Amino acid sequence: MKPRVATVWLGGCSGCHMSFLDMDERLIELADKIELVYSPIADVKQFPMNVDVALVEGAVSNNENEELAHLIRRNAKFVLSFGDCATTGNVTAMRNQFSPDEIIHRAYVELAEADPTIPSEFMTIAKLLPQAKPLHEVIPVDGFLHGCPPTPDQIWFAVSELLAGRTPVLPNAYLRYG
Amino acid sequence: MAILTLTINGEHVSGKDDESLLDIARQHDVHIPTLCHLDGLSDVGACRLCLVEVEGQSKLFPACTTKPQEGMVIRTDTERLKKYRRTIIELLASEGNHQCAVCVVNNHCELQNLAYDVDLQYVRFPYLYPKKELDATHEDFVIDRNRCVLCTRCVRVCHEVEGAHTWDIAGRGIDCTIIADMNQPWGTSASCTSCGKCVRVCPTGALFEKGQTVAEMEKQRDFLKYIVHARQKREWVAEQIEEE
Repeated sequence: MKPRVATVWLGGCSGCHMSFLDMDERLIELADKIELVYSPIADVKQFPMNVDVALVEGAVSNNENEELAHLIRRNAKFVLSFGDCATTGNVTAMRNQFSPDEIIHRAYVELAEADPTIPSEFMTIAKLLPQAKPLHEVIPVDGFLHGCPPTPDQIWFAVSELLAGRTPVLPNAYLRYG
Repeated sequence: MAILTLTINGEHVSGKDDESLLDIARQHDVHIPTLCHLDGLSDVGACRLCLVEVEGQSKLFPACTTKPQEGMVIRTDTERLKKYRRTIIELLASEGNHQCAVCVVNNHCELQNLAYDVDLQYVRFPYLYPKKELDATHEDFVIDRNRCVLCTRCVRVCHEVEGAHTWDIAGRGIDCTIIADMNQPWGTSASCTSCGKCVRVCPTGALFEKGQTVAEMEKQRDFLKYIVHARQKREWVAEQIEEE
């Protein structure tokens, strides 16, 4: 059976996923080797059971991210913090000097061009946590992939190692923040 | 001045008694990581990255401010020191707001390079996200205290080399912060000569020139040794120093 791989988009800009797609023709090779069971680029609503590898982009920024993070930890064998936001909080955590109320007010009222309303009555909108956190402050993480975004070569290395059944020990040359 | 003999990492070396352990180590190609030290400025032992072990002493000594003694036996790269150095970098990361991705000195940053040196995969301590002030009131420069590691190079270069003493430190512990004059907006400082030395010596993106965007700024710090050499030796020999 092919390894079951998931990629997840928490509080990030999706740039890490763009870099993932930048692996170009290597994606064809990858598609033969893995079963992509959950991803922003696959139409799957529920994070599935028995996932072998989960690449998690973004910081844990709202209650939906937080719930999903715990579900990922329960259902996935190997969880990789995918990029700087998952690893350090990075840009997503720049809001942490302000309260969620200040941020919501800024976004929906101060900067609104029409109809300045805080969308609190909509039950479907996730609630901001007091602070955005790196993934490892919320759940135990098995590995880290750095960079904003990580380069396609870094991602290819990590994924190849994981598919070969090894824990990716990224060489120091791949350690780069920003 | 006397010549002393000491042992660094098992090698016998000699050095002058008015030099620091850091000077002597570097003369013998022994790498000790530093952050607050900068050639041309006085040493204050603020960052603690250059701590070394001295045989027979239970406490550690900062190599930059410790003078050699005859027969001293020093180790610069033990597992304990490596552990402490990594911890220091982690604490610096967690006590500031360092978002490399949006920083002017991304890829040219001394803090980043130190993190790579200690192979910092992640920070074990919770990030504190302290609320820090950014001051863009100066005509040419900005101080973003989110990126400040309190090395005090700016304070020292302004006092020791420029002679203006615009910068100082206020507060204690986690509240320590760099202030201009009497804790006022930089742009209103009467003492600042706008020479830009502080900007050039800053190891991170805490001090930068206006108009610089992400990863654009590379700091040239060589100017300092020319100035210091010129003052001490009464001669301007920038090119010769460069060749050395």
